[in-house]
Amino acid sequence: MDFLTLIQILDSTIRLATPLLLACLAGLYSERAGVFDIGLEGKMLAAAFLSAAVAYVTGSVWLGLLAGIGASMLLALVHGLASITFRGNQLISGVAINFLAAGLTVLVAQSWFQQGGRTPSLMGGARFEPITLPFADTLSGVPFLGPIYGDLVSGHSVLVYMAFALVPITWWVLFRTRFGLRLRAVGENPAAVDTAGVSVTRLRYAAVLICGVLCGVAGAYLATGLQAGFVKDMTAGRGFIALAALIFAKWRPWNALWACLLFGLLQAVALRYQNLDLGGIVIPVQVMDVLPYILTVIFLAGFVGKAIPPRAGGAPYVKER
Amino acid sequence: MDKMPRWADVFLIPLISLLLAAGLSALVILAIGENPWAAVKMMVSGALGSTYGWGYTLYYTTNFIFTGLAVAVAYHARLFNIGGEGQAMLGGLGVALACLYLPLPHWLLALPVAAIGAALFGAAWALIPAYLQAKRGSHIVITTIMFNFIAAGLLNYLLVNLLRPVGSMDPATDKFLEGTHLPTLHDLLAPIGIEFSKAAPANVTFVVALLACLAVWLLLWRTRLGYEIRAFGHSEPAAVYAGINPVKITMIAMLISGGLAGLMAVNNVMGEAERLVLNAVEGAGFIGIAVALMGRNHPFGVLIAALLFGFLYQGGAELALWTSIPRELIVVIQALVILFTGALDHMVRMPLERIFLSLRKGA
Amino acid sequence: MAAPDAAKAPAIELRGISKSFGPVQANKDISIRVMPGTIHGIIGENGAGKSTLMSILYGFYKADSGEVFINGTKTNITDSQAAIAAGIGMVFQHFKLVPNFTVLENVILGAEDGALLRPSLAKARKELTALAKEYELNVDPDSVVEDLSVGHQQRVEILKALYRRAEILILDEPTGVLTPAEADHLFRILENLRREGKTIILITHKLREIMEITDTVSVMRRGEMTATVKTTETSPEHLAELMVGRKVLLRVDKVPAVPGAQILEVENLQVVDSSGVQRLKGIDLDIRAGEILGIAGVAGNGQSELLEVLGGMREAKGSIRLNGQPLPLSGAGADASARRHLGIAHVPEDRHREGLILDFHAWENVAFGYHRDEKYQRGLFMDNDALRQDTQAKMAKFDVRPPDCWLSAKSFSGGNQQKIVVAREIERNPDLLLIGQPTRGVDIGAIEFIHEQIIALRDQGKAILLVSVELDEIFALSDRIAVMFDGQIMGFRDPATTDEKELGLMMAGITDTRDPVSQEASQHG
Repeated sequence: MDFLTLIQILDSTIRLATPLLLACLAGLYSERAGVFDIGLEGKMLAAAFLSAAVAYVTGSVWLGLLAGIGASMLLALVHGLASITFRGNQLISGVAINFLAAGLTVLVAQSWFQQGGRTPSLMGGARFEPITLPFADTLSGVPFLGPIYGDLVSGHSVLVYMAFALVPITWWVLFRTRFGLRLRAVGENPAAVDTAGVSVTRLRYAAVLICGVLCGVAGAYLATGLQAGFVKDMTAGRGFIALAALIFAKWRPWNALWACLLFGLLQAVALRYQNLDLGGIVIPVQVMDVLPYILTVIFLAGFVGKAIPPRAGGAPYVKER
Repeated sequence: MDKMPRWADVFLIPLISLLLAAGLSALVILAIGENPWAAVKMMVSGALGSTYGWGYTLYYTTNFIFTGLAVAVAYHARLFNIGGEGQAMLGGLGVALACLYLPLPHWLLALPVAAIGAALFGAAWALIPAYLQAKRGSHIVITTIMFNFIAAGLLNYLLVNLLRPVGSMDPATDKFLEGTHLPTLHDLLAPIGIEFSKAAPANVTFVVALLACLAVWLLLWRTRLGYEIRAFGHSEPAAVYAGINPVKITMIAMLISGGLAGLMAVNNVMGEAERLVLNAVEGAGFIGIAVALMGRNHPFGVLIAALLFGFLYQGGAELALWTSIPRELIVVIQALVILFTGALDHMVRMPLERIFLSLRKGA
Repeated sequence: MAAPDAAKAPAIELRGISKSFGPVQANKDISIRVMPGTIHGIIGENGAGKSTLMSILYGFYKADSGEVFINGTKTNITDSQAAIAAGIGMVFQHFKLVPNFTVLENVILGAEDGALLRPSLAKARKELTALAKEYELNVDPDSVVEDLSVGHQQRVEILKALYRRAEILILDEPTGVLTPAEADHLFRILENLRREGKTIILITHKLREIMEITDTVSVMRRGEMTATVKTTETSPEHLAELMVGRKVLLRVDKVPAVPGAQILEVENLQVVDSSGVQRLKGIDLDIRAGEILGIAGVAGNGQSELLEVLGGMREAKGSIRLNGQPLPLSGAGADASARRHLGIAHVPEDRHREGLILDFHAWENVAFGYHRDEKYQRGLFMDNDALRQDTQAKMAKFDVRPPDCWLSAKSFSGGNQQKIVVAREIERNPDLLLIGQPTRGVDIGAIEFIHEQIIALRDQGKAILLVSVELDEIFALSDRIAVMFDGQIMGFRDPATTDEKELGLMMAGITDTRDPVSQEASQHG
């Protein structure tokens, strides 16, 4: 494998890791606050559709992004209603949201565009275009560093940079601010937060809505950045890979970055090589496809490290006598 | 004191949830410019108006009975098995291997052999998540989700690289041997003088599904094992106190659950397609969640809910054929049913409990 | 009570507080006045409504009617935030701490000074040092709470309240999980707080604590406030009578024990729990036929683990012999059903968690643990008819009300639930009965009945191991008393020759009862 191929694969890794990272951080806010979310997939899908649809109709990708975030937040609100207000089963609510998005997106897309459940292809201002960072062109002649800066670091859409910037921001919010302290507390022992005079409900809604915003960005990036338009089921399990990455990352922001890059790399390799030939041993593409899931299962099994979720996760908060 | 009578809990709440889901679905149909009432009429006539329609409705019902029972059995041990989809996929592999490589001259022999293959493969796919839950405390919801994806990858690999007949471009197995053909309802009903559509895929597996409902009911409420599964589901420390082994019960409940999900393959792979294709399960594993929730995890409730979803599925297919409403409408309804019966249970329940309390006070 | 004084209004005054949960009236028209700078006790049995009342005061519940005055001003406490603002702090029975946060983080949670943590943490660190000096409230501010002992965790709770400038401190059953030494330290802290003018409400069901530290005391019974008196003007006997509404039977009528053959022999029993903590550190004991061995101790000193090992719920090392036969301590033959088979019956400490399946019918619960018995089987299936008949018979014999075997276990009162469990276990005619906290959350009438059943079983020549945190119960029933502390047996005593004081010291880990000075030294053992 030559240098250029490597750069290309890594470049594609960054682009493929971006939606994973956004969804993973989305899940991180929600689950750190004690609300499990297996509905990341559905929220992304809904956002992908609505962002593409609105971007197509208005010609503005930014309006599309807003619409995508709106769609995702609406589903997040449903999840909040079910799991916070009505103290329902968070897992079942997540499953329902995934199906709701899978069904509604196709239904509405068919009704609006009559193209078999997809949106028309997006062009020009209806897509997020790559940004060329300063000096990328000037440096392109420099061996080694030139391609790394020019092709790998530069040339992504604004959402990619945003996603990566969100890692340190999330870390800072979580561990250096009052909101973060309360958020983590409510995921570990909501009774402590409640008796301290802080509303558990409000905190958890805030977390769930942040999760909605980030899933919205993730979905919008899929449809308007990574690809040019919405197609049926276009998230293709990314919400679940993000969930796997979150577990893999032990619910920590920096770990989330590494996990998403790893899973992104697997996707990039699978995309480029149908069957990867490693000197005699051929690894079929399907192995690459399922490796994130297998790794997560192994990790969950506790054979390497132990994934301990937030203690109050999954349980609705009920005041005790 | 129970807050409301049992009949309200068992019938009224699922009914209200269903009406809410139906109402919202009607709004969706209105929003996309179609007439909900016309849609309902078309669904009813398409699914129940002919033996052809019934044949499809019962075919889907059969699938959903198995996947619904799978979720229900695991639920009684307080295990949320989202892995029905993957377990049913593997069940299909078991059926395919039996039907392709074992000499099975007659369906009377082929049915039990294939059923055993389906159940074994489905159970085997539940084995690892079950073991990890029982022994290492890995959350079964997450592992079964992961195993759905792994199953899809595995089947994809097997069909593309190993099971595909030479020269075929289609990622599917060969047609099964002649002797493994299962009698359809047409074949079964013709000798007793009932005319049933020849083209519909409903087959003898429907009878097996009904028997499975009965068997699960007997298992849960009439046997020691069922008693232990239910006791464990209600309280693990209590189970330990009573000498019930949590590891064993977790494993057994999940194996039964996976086996039931796998059994579905007898219907769709052997009874209908007569070969194994990619994505043969088509989401029936997930519909099992809705069916079990709606049927209150009781085998007879599951039967009724499976019938309902069979009707929705066939009706939805008819809608997609004759109107511009795509099949995904069913996915929306399914999502709403899961939402209202599963996650928003309290929303439906609380006002109802209040009504019953005030009724009681008034009396 | 003193006449209303304009200069010195009560720190807290409640007027006519009522609160119902559905059909259950937890508080009925309750009024109290607590003067500033005093310690006021509220005493009552479990379920008397003490905790509900305090939860109302802390804004956790909204009262159906009634008024709250703080320092003479009518105050509407709508939530915990309002209670904190009114200067009320609460130390709950089950601590409300975030286990993986540091002490500092727990203290500032909800009382941060701004959006960023750093300044709040620095300020809290300074204040904690000052508070530690002032009130003997020493805790390392950087320790993670889950690593702290229970006593220290409680101090964090008090610090949380003081950091929020609480002038009124409510403590709900604060000594339930403490050793007597830790409790003494807590009382010193409370005295320091009183000296600084803080007002303290102490909720407890222990008479000794009321007599030891409070200035005034209110007694609650079945949701009502039955009396408020000055502590110096009352006696434990008087308070006990007010609590239960009639003269308490302090001793159960029983003839002296006639111990027979050795039934149970335990040698060097050791248990290490899943987190690696050694819970039992070499237990030796034996019980003879026709004898009740009572195990006294503060909750959490290994009594539960001992019951669990004997009942087959937990694996262990060492040796247990029943009727001379060694029992397996791990593996397949060591589970609860094997133990039952050998004649060990077990009334567990927590009937809701272990002894019953609350959603099962009464008749299903009567088979619980014995569901593999031959007499409940019919071919492949269970013989549910036989079970229901059996249940009706047991319900009649043990006077379970209502005697309806189709009711689910959760619809019975605590006493009737316990009767179902006791009936199930005693009617097996076991050689050895393990019984933990037999009367916790059980009404007075059922307590007597259950005590009589235990004595009757003993008189039939059975061996009984009784674990209870209620010393009164230990004294009333036991023929011999063993005291457990920190996974060990501190010694055996004859109930006729020992007293609460001696047992109390042993419960704190002090065997040499002539040297009470060593009590303080052993505190960090």
